[in-house]
Amino acid sequence: MAIGWYLTVSALIFCIGAVGVITRPNPLVILLCLELMLNAGNLALVAFSRMWGHEDGQIFALIVMVVAACEVTVGLGLIVAIYRRQLPVNVDDLNELNG
Amino acid sequence: MSAVLFFIAAIGALAGAIGVVVIRNPFYSVLSLVSHLIALAALFLLLRAEFVAAAQVVVYAGAVMVLYVFVVAYIGGADNPLHRPGSSLKFLAPLFGLAVAIELCIAMLGTALKGISSKGAPYVPGFGTPEHIGKLFLTTYLFPFEVASLLLLVAAIGAVVLARRRRGLEPDDAFEARLHIPRGVFTGTMAEAAGFRGGAGTAPETQAQTEPVGAHAAGEREPSEGGW
Repeated sequence: MAIGWYLTVSALIFCIGAVGVITRPNPLVILLCLELMLNAGNLALVAFSRMWGHEDGQIFALIVMVVAACEVTVGLGLIVAIYRRQLPVNVDDLNELNG
Repeated sequence: MSAVLFFIAAIGALAGAIGVVVIRNPFYSVLSLVSHLIALAALFLLLRAEFVAAAQVVVYAGAVMVLYVFVVAYIGGADNPLHRPGSSLKFLAPLFGLAVAIELCIAMLGTALKGISSKGAPYVPGFGTPEHIGKLFLTTYLFPFEVASLLLLVAAIGAVVLARRRRGLEPDDAFEARLHIPRGVFTGTMAEAAGFRGGAGTAPETQAQTEPVGAHAAGEREPSEGGW
């Protein structure tokens, strides 16, 4: 398959993730949709790595996976802290910083 | 053959992605993301990125998703509304997503990159194997590798600090009550070790069978009654 097909799939996954981040009110699902967007970026990086014949893009993809794992741990820690303080697990109700 | 595999994997990945956004229950969203990640690993394999595909399945679909499942089980995966009630985002968000998709497709069609319509560079044996990736990580990309390990350490400590149980958050009387649990003698408390109450070293018939442990040792009783 041509590289363009992989990039098309990557673009579609990115857009689906962006729509999820905008619409869903649950922070857990927002984190899941962020994962979708990061994975779309990973797919594009690996596709370009195949296109040029260098492995550098795959290194980028692995580093992105590390950053995504860090983001998940800190984000889930925040969600657990929100739940422990009996605040609503809903991004619309957590508007204390909304000036 | 590779075209058939590509379409199966691509449709699986897209269906998993749509499932994450559309399913109401967060638990099933996580499971949908797992299927999405596995389909994406198949796409990586088609792109000859063996090590990235293996890492995707083991690290992502294995470890990170287990973390998600635990948190969903802890919080309770009740059904959530898909949209904020009374919000115009319900119609605007798909329009926005469509606009971004069209923009990206225009960028792809109008690109000057010649290789985008090719099948990629000629295949070199060993491309994308752990051997090559490891060699790159330990030579050219050593600094990003070390920074990544430091980042993982910082994130682990941050998660522990964020999610730990904090003393200041519970009401004071509950905390006080926990301090004054009466303990039996010969249970190895600090008051026994210091000789303030019955226990190791002293006679067992000493008073304070149900004396509170802590600052209320036997000798400090009188000044508190006398007052100032």
